[in-house]
Formats: sequence, structure tokens, C-alpha cells
Amino acid sequence: MRFLLIEDNEALASAVVDRLTLDGHVVDHAGDLETAWDFSATTDYDLILLDIMLPDGDGRTFLSRHRNQKSRTPVIVLTARSEVSDRVSLLDHGADDYMVKPIDFSELEARCRAVLRRRGGVARNLMTFGDLGFDSSSGTLRINGRAVQLRTRELRLFEVFINAPGQVFSKSVLVDRLFSYNEDVTDNAIEVYVGRLRKHLGGSNVTITTVRGLGYKLELA
Amino acid sequence: MTQPVAQGSIRRRLLILLLVGAAIFSVLLYFIVQSVARQVAQESQDNILAASALSVMDSARSVEGEITVDLPYSALSMLDSVTHERVFYAIWLGQEHLTGYADLPRPQSNDVNKPSFLSDIFLGEEVRIAAVRRPFSTDTGHAFLEVSVAQTLAGQREKLTRISRMSLGIGAGFFVLCAVAALIVARSTIRPLDRLTASVSRRGPKDLRPVAAPVPQEMVPLVASLNRFMLRLQSSLNRSEDFIAEAAHRVRTPLAIVRTKAEIIQRRVEKPENREAIREMIHAIDDSSRTAGQLLDHAMVAFRLDNLAQEKIDLSSFLHETVERLRPISEIKDIDIKVSATDSAVVKGDTILLQSALHNLLDNAIKYSPAGARVEVALRRDDDGLRLSVKDTGPGYPDLENDRLTGRFERGKNADGIVGSGLGLTIAKDVVEAHGGQLELRNNPGGGACASLLFPSS
Repeated sequence: MRFLLIEDNEALASAVVDRLTLDGHVVDHAGDLETAWDFSATTDYDLILLDIMLPDGDGRTFLSRHRNQKSRTPVIVLTARSEVSDRVSLLDHGADDYMVKPIDFSELEARCRAVLRRRGGVARNLMTFGDLGFDSSSGTLRINGRAVQLRTRELRLFEVFINAPGQVFSKSVLVDRLFSYNEDVTDNAIEVYVGRLRKHLGGSNVTITTVRGLGYKLELA
Repeated sequence: MTQPVAQGSIRRRLLILLLVGAAIFSVLLYFIVQSVARQVAQESQDNILAASALSVMDSARSVEGEITVDLPYSALSMLDSVTHERVFYAIWLGQEHLTGYADLPRPQSNDVNKPSFLSDIFLGEEVRIAAVRRPFSTDTGHAFLEVSVAQTLAGQREKLTRISRMSLGIGAGFFVLCAVAALIVARSTIRPLDRLTASVSRRGPKDLRPVAAPVPQEMVPLVASLNRFMLRLQSSLNRSEDFIAEAAHRVRTPLAIVRTKAEIIQRRVEKPENREAIREMIHAIDDSSRTAGQLLDHAMVAFRLDNLAQEKIDLSSFLHETVERLRPISEIKDIDIKVSATDSAVVKGDTILLQSALHNLLDNAIKYSPAGARVEVALRRDDDGLRLSVKDTGPGYPDLENDRLTGRFERGKNADGIVGSGLGLTIAKDVVEAHGGQLELRNNPGGGACASLLFPSS
């Protein structure tokens, strides 16, 4: 997905950019409202991440202007304030959602998906592998055109595989991707989800194979 | 809020002072009127008595040493015409009694040219006696002829009693008039104070504008310092709100950087023990940022509780909104939140606070539930009123006997390894109690916790 990150703290911005890039997203960074306007006027983004306190103005003015221009790009506000009153006024200004810093990236991912799902629209991030079609922005998987209902963790596990078909992922890497840092899980918990995913992929020509001692990989049968 | 100590009342003090003053003046008035009247009555009687005595004296003739006195009719009729008193007289020449009542007391006189008067008891009755003297030549030489005329005082007394009753009436009437005036004065003096009180207490909870209505000069210093106080309060409230926001920003931005960097590094390191270390780091960062967040929430809640808003909240749509907001987080753990709002109901209160309370209960339910579990949220009306309950399938509350769990920074014994600050239930309890309800914590028969916000039906 293509993100526009509007955040004036350079250190935080570069960390977020790195982190999102790591997940395969493309991120443009604007340090102030002025730059943000230039970016959003020339590029079509899937999602805008907006900080509220900016050097040349309040993020809310960006929101209002963005909405007045009838832009359909969803905006998720990143705020350091946790006051609910702030959150409410943000939504009133036309934010699709908000997150309190520090950002939990699995939460961000979930919120992005929820926002994009709510917006509907055309699938723009379609990936295909074998007879699988996957829209990463809304998180829908189709096998031969037939939609498959995946639960969130199955979806995220599948996402890890489809982004790098053929690559072997160890159990501990998959645990890090799948579980939040608040959960106490063993590497074996992954087996359950791999099992479920295999069941879903039953009718397709793509399978998840076990590489003994190393982990799992997605490949064509 | 503590009631101010009331010591004395301006209105009462003013009223008492005015009434005491009025009473003193009334009593004085009574005595003055009475004594003036008595004096006037006495003088008029004295004049008549003296005139009568003089007319007797005028009729006295000295013929060849013999003194003859006629009692002119006019002398007695003068007295008679005024009242129906008994009249006595006595005539003396020097020390020699000539005629009349010899034992009628004789007023002493310093000045023989002026009539002298005396009040005394004669024949068992109070009398007023007037005496006039004139020198006469007799065969034995010069002597003073003295004519005394006396009159009983029964009628006089009666008149005086009437006068006294009248002056009592005047005094009392004066007092009543003064009392009414005092009431009016006291009330009109206090009225600007009452008006100020009303205009201040009519204000909304967040109205800290200065008082602009005109007040009497004496109250200007009070109102000026009240305005200054409100200004200080307003700026201090603004400051603390800004401070909270600024503190949040300062704490959370660096935490956000550390957390993000840690996640990036975790993707790159290979060794399992390093990955584990970074996992623990991220856990600790989440813990501290969450605590910071809840501290700020707690401060926000405390601030808003002092100025509780009274909006009408549709609990059913409120419930759905709050759940939808949390759904992405629950989905990360594949937890399904099932909402059933059988009854729609409206409560009065602060949406933001109630949202914070429900958010904390839901957040707990999601945190403590195993992956793939279901959290049930229900809004029902039962005998106790409205019940908004959040039911999970987690480990349940370990220690339900006491209300330790709702204390600040208190966490259940089984909360190890789960991110939390121990403020969530405190916030929920404070909020629901401020809305006249209560927080109920139970364990489900089949396991798991059930936290309910109870609102009394009104």
C-alpha cells in the first residue's frame, strides 16, 4: 500500500517509515502541512497517517480541507493525547480513525484494514499466486474467484506467506508477526494456525509446506 | 463540597440594629409626650388656680384696720367650669387664720410677688394648692394677706391617664412604622448580594466568565476579587489541561520511536535469545505507555467529574459506537465481540466519561480473554435499573471479596504478563458512581469475568 505519513518528529517519522517499508509498503513522509499538500495533490494514496501537532498548523485544518476536497483517501490520525474528548473532535473533523502513540503496528494494520473495508471501493492492491487472488488492503482472499473467509490471525499469517512466496519462515518469526507482545505464546501455537490455513487452501494449487527444522513456506503444488 | 461556615447574618444584624434603635426612640417618644402633656396640664391648672386665688385677693378690702374678703362667684365658678372637682380655700393674715379650711397646707414661697404652688394630700384626696400673697396694713402693723385655693386632682389624673395611653399608642405606632421601614431597608440592602449570588449560581459548570452586571460600590472589591479568582481558576484549568496534553506528547513520542525501532530490529535479528529480549523490551514499552495513557485518562476523568456534563446519551447507540471502535483491536486476537442491546435507554451524563468507563471494561475483557474467544456485551433493563455488562471467558477476578481491585494501581493476582496499569477499574467505578450508578464485578458460573455498569432507573 502507499502511505502518506505527516509527522514533524523526524526520528519517529523515519522509524515509522522503516517499519512500514519492512512490511512492503511504500511511504512518503511530509514534515509539515505545506509539504503534505504538495504530496497529496500529486499522488494517489491508499491511506494518510496524520499527526495533530505540526509546526505550521493543526492537523485538524488538514483534515477539514482534505474532506472539503472530497478526497476519498482515508485518514488515520496519530495523536499523543489520549483524551477521549480529543478523539471525538477528531472524528467530527472527518478522521476515519485515530491511534494513540506509541503505535502498535499490528493495531495499525488492523485499523487500516477496517477503514479500507468500510470505504469499500476497488481493490487496488491485488496480488496473485497460482490460482489465489489476494487484496491486501481489504484482506480478502479468493481461490479461483471464490471468496474465502479468513479470521484475522489466519489472514495475517497468509499475508506473511503471500508477500514472499517460496521463502522459508521459522516458527519464531511467525510468532512475532502474529501475536501481540502482550501474549505469552510458544512457537508451537503457530502449528494450529498453519493447520487452519492449510484447510482453507485445500481446493487450490497452492500449499504451505513444512521445511523440517527450518519452518514453513508457501509454494505451488 | 464543604458548606461555608455561616456566622451571623447581615440582614438579621441590620434588622436587629434598626429595631433596637426604633424601640429606644419609641420609649423616649412615649416619655417625652407624656411629660410634656403632664406639664401642660399642670400649668393650665396652676394658672386657673392662681387666677382664682388672685380674684379672691382682689376682693379683699382693708376698712379701718378691718379686713373684709368677699368670695366672688367668678373665683369659684372659674374652677367649677373647668372640672367638677372639689374646691377648698383658706385665707390667712400673717399667721392668723381668717376664714376657710385652717388645716389646708400652705405652699412656701420665696418670692411674695409670685403665686406659689404645692401638691399635697388633703382630706384624703390629692390636691393642688395655689397661694398668692399681698402686704396689707392693719392696726397691728404690716402683714401679708395670703389666699390659698385648692382643687382635687381626680379629673386631672383621668386626663393624664388618657394622655399617657395616647402617648403609648403614639410610641407603639412609631415602633411599628419603624419596624416595617427596617424590614424594607434590610431587604433592599441585601438585594444586590442576592442578585450576585443568583447570577453566579445560575452559571453552567464551565462558565468562568467575570461578573459583568453592575453592583453597589461597597461590593465592587468583593466582585473584583471574585473575578480575579475565576480568571486564575480558568487559567489554571487551561494550564493543567495543556500540561496533561504536553506531558503525554513528551512521554509518548520517544516511546513511539523506541517501540518502532525495537520492532524493526526484531525483524532483523536471528538469535532466538535476542528476539526474546526485544520482545520483553516492547512489552515493557507498551506497559509504560499504557500507564502514561491511563494516568492521563484518570486526570481527565477527575477533571470532568468535577464539571459533570448532563447530555442525553442513547445507551444503545453509544454501546455500538464504543464497541466498533475497539473491534479492530479485538480482531487482532480473533476475539469476537457480540453486542445485544435489547432495551434502548437514555441516561443523562457525560458521553466522554462513560465512553472511557466502557472502553476500560472492554479493554480488560479483550486483554484477559484467550485468542478466539467471545466477549459478550449486553444492555438490559432489570429490577435494579439499567445494566450494561461486559462478559468475558478469561481467568475471572481472583479476589472478589474486597473492593481492592477498584483501588488505584491495584491489579489482580493473575494479571502477570498482561499489560496494564491498574487504573481501568478505578476509572470505571469513579465514572459510574458520579452518574449515580455502581460498578458490579462478578465471576460467571462457567468461568470468566463479568463487569457491569448499573444505572438506577429514573
